[in-house]
Amino acid sequence: MQQDAIPISSILSLLTGDGGNFLGIILLSLQVTITAVTCAGLVGLPLGAGLALVRFPGRTVIIVLVNTMMGFPPVVAGLAIFLLLSRSGPLGDLGLLFTPKAMMIAQFVLVLPIIVALTRQTIEDLWTEYQDHMTSLGAGRLRSIPTLLWDARFSLVTTLLAGLGRASAEVGAILIVGGNIAGFTRTMTTSIALETSKGDLPLAMALGVVLMSLTLVINSLAFGISRVGARFSGKS
Amino acid sequence: MRDTTSMLPLIVRDLRLEMDGRTLLDVPFARIQNRQRNVILGPNGAGKSLFLKTCHGLIPPTSGRIEYTLPVSATEVRRKQAMVFQKPVMLRRSVRANFTHALAMAGVGWYERRRIADETMAQFGLSGLADSPARVLSGGEQQRLAIARAASLGPDLLFLDEPTSSLDPTASRQIEDMLDVLHERGVTLVLTTHDLGLARRFADVIFFFHNGRLIEESDAERFFTQPETEEAKAFLEHRLFW
Amino acid sequence: MLRRTFVTAAASVLVAIGLLSAAEAEDRFITVASTTSTQDSGLFDALLPAFTAKTGIIVKVIAQGTGQALDTARRGDADVVFVHAKAQELKFLEDGFGVKRYPVMYNDFVVVGPKSDPAGIAGGKDVAVALKAIADKKAPFVSRGDKSGTHSAELKLWKAADIDLPAVRGEWYREIGQGMGATLNTANAMAAYTLSDRGTWIAFANKGDLGIVVEGDKKLFNQYGVMLVNPAKFSTVKAEDGQAFIDWLVSPEGQSAIAAYRIDGQQLFFPNANDPNA
Ligand SMILES: Nc1ncnc2c1ncn2[C@@H]1O[C@H](COP(=O)(O)OP(=O)(O)OP(=O)(O)O)[C@@H](O)[C@H]1O
Ligand SMILES: [Mg+2]
Repeated sequence: MQQDAIPISSILSLLTGDGGNFLGIILLSLQVTITAVTCAGLVGLPLGAGLALVRFPGRTVIIVLVNTMMGFPPVVAGLAIFLLLSRSGPLGDLGLLFTPKAMMIAQFVLVLPIIVALTRQTIEDLWTEYQDHMTSLGAGRLRSIPTLLWDARFSLVTTLLAGLGRASAEVGAILIVGGNIAGFTRTMTTSIALETSKGDLPLAMALGVVLMSLTLVINSLAFGISRVGARFSGKS
Repeated sequence: MRDTTSMLPLIVRDLRLEMDGRTLLDVPFARIQNRQRNVILGPNGAGKSLFLKTCHGLIPPTSGRIEYTLPVSATEVRRKQAMVFQKPVMLRRSVRANFTHALAMAGVGWYERRRIADETMAQFGLSGLADSPARVLSGGEQQRLAIARAASLGPDLLFLDEPTSSLDPTASRQIEDMLDVLHERGVTLVLTTHDLGLARRFADVIFFFHNGRLIEESDAERFFTQPETEEAKAFLEHRLFW
Repeated sequence: MLRRTFVTAAASVLVAIGLLSAAEAEDRFITVASTTSTQDSGLFDALLPAFTAKTGIIVKVIAQGTGQALDTARRGDADVVFVHAKAQELKFLEDGFGVKRYPVMYNDFVVVGPKSDPAGIAGGKDVAVALKAIADKKAPFVSRGDKSGTHSAELKLWKAADIDLPAVRGEWYREIGQGMGATLNTANAMAAYTLSDRGTWIAFANKGDLGIVVEGDKKLFNQYGVMLVNPAKFSTVKAEDGQAFIDWLVSPEGQSAIAAYRIDGQQLFFPNANDPNA
């Protein structure tokens, strides 16, 4: 196989021929990433808002920690989760290593700090604007959290997208905890790593193009929704 | 006509507010009477906004007390007063949702919220805007929304910080009409303004602030005809020569 | 209205995830820790469907270096290990982690290098002579450096050629700590020599300027063995299904499936389950 051009034909044959397998990889990638980001959102949005509003000793330390964790090396996270989930590790009895769930956990751990940190920033900014009004209505900081999350929804979509970006581009951690098992834990990114190691660079590149297209579609959709919504609710 | 069910008059005693070593407010005594139209005057930076926020309970004073006539709990005090800010806060929601949100925070039930919101919007001519996003409204519309939203909470005492600033005469007029409606309803109003015309037409009592100190508190009539302090005199003259 | 759209969207995403998760039913499967060379050469893709069709047991393969694969098994994270480094396998058995070692097949290593052949070893039949030439000329050489079976085979070959690697190694000797494919990619990019198993080499698509320079030496033969992880150490080991896989590999059926696997008409693996010394 020749390797110079970016292979439109291999992309097409990927999508049409041998379809079930490839479709399975895409679906698994989406399932893992979306589940991880959804869970990270469910946990991270309230947590980030809480961190923005609630004062407690050690808060600044935690903020700095969370901000640092945004750049947590995925392989380190992967290794830590690997050691936890291994049969010889503390959570070995769950039998989660080398399963899609393990990959979801790894991505959750990687995405959570991003969502918490960005949410904290967004909510803190919005709070300076809303504080007087909310206090005047008798709503304390805690009771203001749902209001702030809802009113920051369009910025928070961007936050979730940042998390989605990190999750869908990630390979180091899920390779370690998922094992890249064909048909079970093989995702877009681990396939790309595998095809590269097989020296099939055109196929790896084709997979990369598909992954980027998918990411583009998801981002465009989310951006479109949030743009329309933002115009609707008058955020200039 | 003394209303025995009202928590007013509100009495401010020995109020001091200090920040970063500066004395921002110094009010030995002030009384806000029930059902009166109280107008706070003073040059920029005199402490008018801080005084409103402190009375409303948003800023804890460094020392001094804010007393109500009836022994009421803190929550009740909060429920019975509302405030409209110099820069009105518009939630990123529709106009109607701005009402229902405020009412929800005040503990009003789901159906009741929508009823009160629609009623208030109809009363103040906002029905046509009910489904518009609040943040695209014009400055005047936003100001009306902010006042109507505060009014929908049914407060006994309403603070308004420069409700007519940067509005054209028509919009100012509309705001003034709203204030009249609220006054007739028996709401005690405390507002700051730089619009002396509004103050003359509207005020029962004037509070004059200068450099954070309340230096004159008198009947509106008397304040405008024979101000007691040099500062107030100068303030009125400068304005009149405009 | 907008709120409803959002809620609907969120709900449908959650439902979709739920459906997808439900689809992932609990199958009967075993986990096999094996080497990158068996996976990258495509052998498993050819073998496993036949085994699964016959027994209903799905085989999940984790492809790692031999050392790492044995570690994975040592931690109890696999049911079967299928690797190629006899000494390490015997140590694994001795430590009580394995039940019994079965020889399965062999393939052979080849020395590959760039067309320019800076060490002048192309066409040689003696790997010791070739390695000596590489070391003498300080011609670039890429080593796996990942404690894999291929890596330990490479180290043994240096020793057999009477070369004290720690003493002579320098800039020309690059350890990259990655799998066979990545090593070949690197050798191609650096115009360097390297040692590869023949299977990965044949299946490898990015050969570029690289070609085989030395092959056919007996010292280059590479034996694969398979072992069940000791269920006495880890109660989670699926002993019965794991043993079924081993039994199938060494059965006539499995052995002929191995012999039948070809790429470009070339046989990659030679079954030898019956050779007691393998
Ligand atoms: N949070 C704060 N910290 C420190 N100083 C403050 C703070 N808020 C207000 N000040 C200062 O207190 C003084 C009074 O401010 P205030 O906003 O009450 O003025 P004002 O009378 O409302 O003026 P204007 O007519 O311009 O609205 C100003 O000098 C202001 O700089
Ligand atoms: Mg002010």
